[in-house]
Amino acid sequence: MAPHTHILLNRLVGFLGSALLLSSFAMLSMRRMSSLVRIFALQGLLLTLGTLSVAIVAGEPHLLFSALFTFIFKVLVLPIILFRLLERLRIRGEVEVLLNVPTTMVVGLFVVVFSFALASPISELASTVSRGLIGVGLAALLLSFLMMITRKKAITQVLGFLGMENALFFSAINATYGMPMVVELGVAFDVLVGTFVFGIFFFQIRETFESFDLKHMDNTQTE
Amino acid sequence: MAITSPSPAMVAVEAFQLLFVLLFAPLLYGWIGIVRAFLSNRTPAGLLQPWRNLLRLFRKETVLPEGHSILFILVPPVFFSVIAGASLLVPFLLVSPPLAPVADAVTLVGLFSLARMTMALGAMDVGTPFGDMGARREMMVAFLTEPATLMILFTVSLWSGSTSVPSIIRSLTDGHDPFHPSLLIAALAFILVFLGENARLPIDNPATHLELTMIHEAMLLEYSGPLLALMEWGSMQKLLLYLLIGIDFFAPSGMPEDPTLLSVLAGSGILAGKLLLLGSGIALIESLFAKLRIFRVPEFTALAYLLSTLGFLLHFVLEV
Repeated sequence: MAPHTHILLNRLVGFLGSALLLSSFAMLSMRRMSSLVRIFALQGLLLTLGTLSVAIVAGEPHLLFSALFTFIFKVLVLPIILFRLLERLRIRGEVEVLLNVPTTMVVGLFVVVFSFALASPISELASTVSRGLIGVGLAALLLSFLMMITRKKAITQVLGFLGMENALFFSAINATYGMPMVVELGVAFDVLVGTFVFGIFFFQIRETFESFDLKHMDNTQTE
Repeated sequence: MAITSPSPAMVAVEAFQLLFVLLFAPLLYGWIGIVRAFLSNRTPAGLLQPWRNLLRLFRKETVLPEGHSILFILVPPVFFSVIAGASLLVPFLLVSPPLAPVADAVTLVGLFSLARMTMALGAMDVGTPFGDMGARREMMVAFLTEPATLMILFTVSLWSGSTSVPSIIRSLTDGHDPFHPSLLIAALAFILVFLGENARLPIDNPATHLELTMIHEAMLLEYSGPLLALMEWGSMQKLLLYLLIGIDFFAPSGMPEDPTLLSVLAGSGILAGKLLLLGSGIALIESLFAKLRIFRVPEFTALAYLLSTLGFLLHFVLEV
């Protein structure tokens, strides 16, 4: 490959990584449940494109399949399931937060600085073309974690969990060109099944507590 | 770099810059108005409408409010001349205009702050509730956007290692690197800062005098006649200068390096094209978004700060 296109593609991977990080921040700042799911789908798309460009830059054909699976699961299947879930549970309202949005953003910024600092020695050791992005993946991971911590409702926490999985996948691709195919497939199906289970779980939660607010669960007796 | 005795060519370039900003700023306002009218299916008032407004105001007599001090009268000329002075320092016709070494980007930010402060003082001088309220809100928006402005500045100056605008432009136009993710994110942050600093739509509606929502207009309520014209003309120039700074930082290609007449003319043609495009962009943003509640403004500016800092950090992770 000509060195110029190589640089260009490398920059593209960098750009997609930054866009992924931005989408994590967007998930943190969204107030409506449906736009949250839309951003999750967008994140899946960015992940697909990122995987594709790493596959081309590094010449790793198995990553092409990963990209295909990512596209099917994270851009099509999961958002559709989530949208139907929102519709059937009749959730339209706003996301409820424990910490207000600007404060969460500032905390998120500290998380980014922390994970960039944490990832820089790891990047030195990695031998992949896009090793600079390990820090970005780690930051996106911790941001999704932050989202799980600062939200009250169970559904937003599940979205945070899915975002975390996206970020983990992204870091894995940039650190070691992805996990073995079997593992990737296994994880993808796990997440899919997990979402189904969560879906059933939501109905149970609502029937038992008549709300999705997790603080009601603190008061239940354990036997 | 020291400034030696001014040669006629230098003086001509600077004079042309000043004239360009003075004459073109109201036209840009008119252009934004035309695109906005077109997007909302109204009949546009024409490119020259801001000029007509200004000339009408200059012909009117000045009515001074009761209880004003000398400060109230001094503010408009000071505001106007600070902004006009800034137009000598921003490179846009040439990469390095003669006076550019005098000031770097931080000084420009300082000049804009000075202009804003004088405007707020003028608004507070008479002591009417609206003027006070407008001044307080304007200062709040300003102090929230300033950190983002400085972070954007630092991000773009990471390439040149200097905050002098000509060296920033040179470091971005040598062109061996196709595009920079950090600059793209910083450009997004710059758009947010631009909208906040120039009292454009998501922050402040420039076309309203509704007392509960206005910020910028509330400060000008007591002014009339030529004083008001000076304030409005100054604000128009400020908008244009912000766009020019944005072009310097994020899209400087096509700016001529050598001061020959032909290259300057070609460069200003490209510049005018970019400005028309950016003006349409502003009109589009203003047609798509509703005004934010004032209590949402910190969120908006937090986003700007977040983006600029992310750009800054990503530079070290991705581009070194």
